[in-house]
Amino acid sequence: MIEAEHLTRRYGRLTAVDDLSFRAEPGQVVGLLGPNGAGKSTVMRMVSGFIAPSAGTARICGHDVRKQPLAAKRVLGYLPEGAPSYGELTVREFLVFVARVRGLRNGDLRRHLETAVARLDLADVLDAPIDALSKGFRRRVGLARAILHEPQVLMLDEPTDGLDPNQKRDVRSLIDAMARKRTILISTHLLEEVHALCNRVLILARGKLLADATPADLESRSRYHGAVSFSAAGSGVARAMLERMQGVASVEVDPLDGRVTVLPQAGHAILGPVQELLRAQGLKVTEIQLERGRLEEVFRSMTTHGVQGEA
Amino acid sequence: MSPVLAIMRRELRSYFVTPLAYVFLVIFLFLAGVLTFYVGDFYERGLADLQPFFDFHPWLYLVFAPALTMRLWAEERKSGTLELLFTLPLSTTQAMLGKFLAAWAFVALALALTFPMWLTVNYLGNPDNGVILAGYLGSLLMAGSFLAVGCCISALTRSQVVAFILTVAVCFLLVMAGLPALQDLVNGLIPPGMAAALSELSILRHFRAIARGVLDLRDLIYFTLAIVTWLTAGVVILQLKRGD
Repeated sequence: MIEAEHLTRRYGRLTAVDDLSFRAEPGQVVGLLGPNGAGKSTVMRMVSGFIAPSAGTARICGHDVRKQPLAAKRVLGYLPEGAPSYGELTVREFLVFVARVRGLRNGDLRRHLETAVARLDLADVLDAPIDALSKGFRRRVGLARAILHEPQVLMLDEPTDGLDPNQKRDVRSLIDAMARKRTILISTHLLEEVHALCNRVLILARGKLLADATPADLESRSRYHGAVSFSAAGSGVARAMLERMQGVASVEVDPLDGRVTVLPQAGHAILGPVQELLRAQGLKVTEIQLERGRLEEVFRSMTTHGVQGEA
Repeated sequence: MSPVLAIMRRELRSYFVTPLAYVFLVIFLFLAGVLTFYVGDFYERGLADLQPFFDFHPWLYLVFAPALTMRLWAEERKSGTLELLFTLPLSTTQAMLGKFLAAWAFVALALALTFPMWLTVNYLGNPDNGVILAGYLGSLLMAGSFLAVGCCISALTRSQVVAFILTVAVCFLLVMAGLPALQDLVNGLIPPGMAAALSELSILRHFRAIARGVLDLRDLIYFTLAIVTWLTAGVVILQLKRGD
């Protein structure tokens, strides 16, 4: 379990993280989502005990990171941004070093090492220097290092950043497999990641917590939630009729492919009526879809709201 | 103590993973020999002792100790592994101690490899081996002080070059403090009490006392205090300067 209480971090006059509180329970994969510079890494660094908060504190499995830092760090597996490691060492040397610092030895050490190596499929590169490995492998070494002691709490700072799609999928399925019984906090600026992994999302912008919800919950806040989009040839007349239809807020047309999106007024289900109208008009609909909402749009409107001159 | 040992082993591994450590050892041994025999008039003196050998140690360490310590923290800062290290369950003191001990063990190895010197002088005459042993002990303690300075300064910066130059400068001052030239210079400028205190701070003075074979408790305390003080300062710096 992770508990953050009024976490605040100031750098001079800049407040990087402003009075942030949240709880993450075992079994949850919580995504810390925000644009670059929102304070995600600063939150991670404070919760992991690397930097001290200016105010507030965090607890990991009940251990206060300021008062009992060693106990907190013992139950935590943390992957810092960019997965740093000692490049001159081999993968084996690096993992053994970390295991030793964590107090594992002999049989225990070997068992944990084997499990982590198998999980991340590192057996083939075990005796290669880390500097000689590809980015994807280096990230896997970092992950193996973070899960080596089978921690109850896992914090990963941008775990898939800079990886190719296959590697991303691998890392995600690993996190998925680890999720049961553990508390996992990942930071990301990728919305697809939230979809793929998280059952809870914290949206952070300019150091403030803007939302704490499930991905589905967030999608329902989108103006596209419940919208119907379709592709059909010669939809001009139908478009005008749709706009006048009850429960319809507006109709948008994609200028590139002519795809029509019908946005509902809040609380109206419009899929049935729209289909009926299209059939009555005798339009040849090649494809029709009910939208769940666009996370991207919710994210953008939340994180840029009230900010001028920001790209 | 386990994390300290783990850190120490890793640092030693990092020293020897490149040929640099071997080059380093060879140059150290070569210079120690050359300076003793050619500059130090080892033969011409006609005395069976290792004093000319030990006399050059402060100047050798002046360059070698900062080279050994410059990367210890600066590199961790630069590559981001500092964040990795300090989110493992170990204290800053343990980490500092592990790194310091690794560097010290390296110097101890270099010193141990000068044993042919000791064999030579025993072959040529009948030296007082007690004095020689004291010389080695003093040399090791002096190296420890230089390394502690380096550990502290390396924690200040992410640049190894800056760490090296600053450490050389500070160590140079610590050596110079005891030289007559500096004493003469400051004698007229500061009160005699302060001048005396300054000379008491000199590494050279305490090292020479031990190297003469006089194991005075005060000299041992001086070196121990110097090491502890500089390492503590380094720990404080690391705790204050983490996130940047």
